[in-house]
Amino acid sequence: MSDQASEIREVIFGTLQAALPQARPLSDDTHIIEDLGLDSVAVMDFVMEIEDKLDISVPLDKIAEVETLGDLVATVQRLKQAA
Amino acid sequence: MALFDKYAALAAQYRQLEQAGANPFNVKFEEVLSPTEAMLAGRRTLLLGTNNYLGLTYEPAVVAAANAASSASGSGTTGSRIANGSYGGHGRLEAALADFYGRKQAMVFSTGYQANLGIISALAGKNDHLLLDADSHASIYDASRLGYAQVTRFRHNSPEDLANRLRRLKDEPGDKIIIVEGIYSMLGDTAPLKEFAAVKREYGAYMVVDEAHSLGVLGATGRGLAEQAGVEADCDFIVGTFSKSLAGVGGFAVTDMEGAEVLRVVSRPYMFTASLPPSNIAATEAALHELRTRPELRRRLNENAHRLYRGLERLGFELGPEPSPVVSAIMPTPEAAFGLWAALLKAGLYTNVSLPPATPRGLALLRSSVSAAHSPAQIDHAIALFAEAGSSLGLLKAELAAAK
Repeated sequence: MSDQASEIREVIFGTLQAALPQARPLSDDTHIIEDLGLDSVAVMDFVMEIEDKLDISVPLDKIAEVETLGDLVATVQRLKQAA
Repeated sequence: MALFDKYAALAAQYRQLEQAGANPFNVKFEEVLSPTEAMLAGRRTLLLGTNNYLGLTYEPAVVAAANAASSASGSGTTGSRIANGSYGGHGRLEAALADFYGRKQAMVFSTGYQANLGIISALAGKNDHLLLDADSHASIYDASRLGYAQVTRFRHNSPEDLANRLRRLKDEPGDKIIIVEGIYSMLGDTAPLKEFAAVKREYGAYMVVDEAHSLGVLGATGRGLAEQAGVEADCDFIVGTFSKSLAGVGGFAVTDMEGAEVLRVVSRPYMFTASLPPSNIAATEAALHELRTRPELRRRLNENAHRLYRGLERLGFELGPEPSPVVSAIMPTPEAAFGLWAALLKAGLYTNVSLPPATPRGLALLRSSVSAAHSPAQIDHAIALFAEAGSSLGLLKAELAAAK
C-alpha cells in the first residue's frame, strides 16, 4: 500500500470517527449507510470535510457509487492523483 | 426480498405515528375555512403551517379570475405546450412575470418543483459544474441528478467556502453554475446574496436564485432577496413558485439571457408534462396583481413574522437565525417534535414537523409559517399555545438546559 493511500485512509477514518455520535470499529468493509446508520445528508457532510482536508473536489455522483469505506478510500485516491 | 423491505425502518416509524393517532405526515383537513382556519378532527383549528404568505387563497378577485377562466376556456389543457399548444393565459402570465421582474423572458412550469428541475437540468450540461448550497431544497438536488453535470456542494451560506470550491474547479472545463435560495424553507434564513454575487463575478460563474419562499416577502416591490440585496443584475436566472405567496400551483423562471428561448425545447420537465389549467393560470395572474398593488400585505406578513419570532424567542425556544415568515423551533429529538406538534394540534393549532434528511445538520424542527392574513390576536393566541405545550413538555431552553 502506498503512503498516500494510508494517509488518505487515516484522514477518512479519523474524520468519520469524529462525526459519529459514538466510537465504532471501522474497516475497509464497513458499509457507510447500512453499518453506520448515516443518512444521505450526513454522508455528504462527512465527504465535504474530507474534500477540505485533502483539498480536492468529490462530485456527488462519485459519492453515489460509494458503498464501503474501502470504496471511498479508492475514489478519493483517484481524485487526489488526478488533481 | 420483498419490494418494500428497503423501507422497513421508515415504514415502522410511520406506522407508529399512525397508531399514536398523531401523524404530522398524514393530516386530513375536513374543511378549509379561510387562509388561517380549517376544520380538523371536528374542531376549528388555527393554521400556522401552510406557506400561504400573503393569504390570497380566498381573495375574491383571485377566485373570480379562476372561475371565469374555467367557464371560458375549460377545466384543463389536456396536453403539453410543445405538443398540444399554449393557451392565451400562458403567454399573458409569462408577460406579466417578465414585466414584474423587469426581465426579457419568463417561462412557466407546472409546479415549482418542476421549475427547478427544468431550469437546472437544462442549464448544466455534461461537462459543466453545478455548485449547490448544502441546505438546498430537494428539488435542487433532484434537478442535479436529472442532468449530467458534475455536482459540488458548498457549506450553507458560506461565500468563502463557495470561492474555495470554485478555486479547486478553476482548471476544469465547462461552465460553473451556482444555485442558492432566497429564504431557506427549513430554518427561514436568508442567503448572503451580495457576497455570493461577488464570488460569482470573480470566478466568471453563472448564478440561479430560487425565490420560492421570498417572492412577495422580501424586496422593495416584493421580487425577493435579489431585489432586497440589490444584486438582481448578477442573478442570471430567478426561479420561483406560484404555490406560496401566489396562492396557486406552478413555477416560473425569468432571465435576461439571450437565447434562453431554446430552453422550451430542451428542458424535459417543461416539455413532457401537461401545462397548467386556465383557472390556475388566471388565478396566478390575479394574485400577482394583488402582490404588486397591495404592498401592505407584505408589511403585515413581516409584522406577523416578527411577532411570532420574538414571541417564541421570549418563551425560550431555540429558533432559526433570523425572523422570517418561516419560524422553526429546534427540538432536541424527533420524538420531542412529534410530542409538541401533537400537543399544539390538540389545543387547536396546526404546525409542521420537519426531520432529517430534509433538514440541515440532522435537526428536528417544529416549523411554523405565518400569513399576512393572520390577525395579531391569532399570532398571540398561537404563542400562548406554544407557551403552554412547550412548558408542559419541558421543551423551553431553560428546562432543556436544566435536564442536561
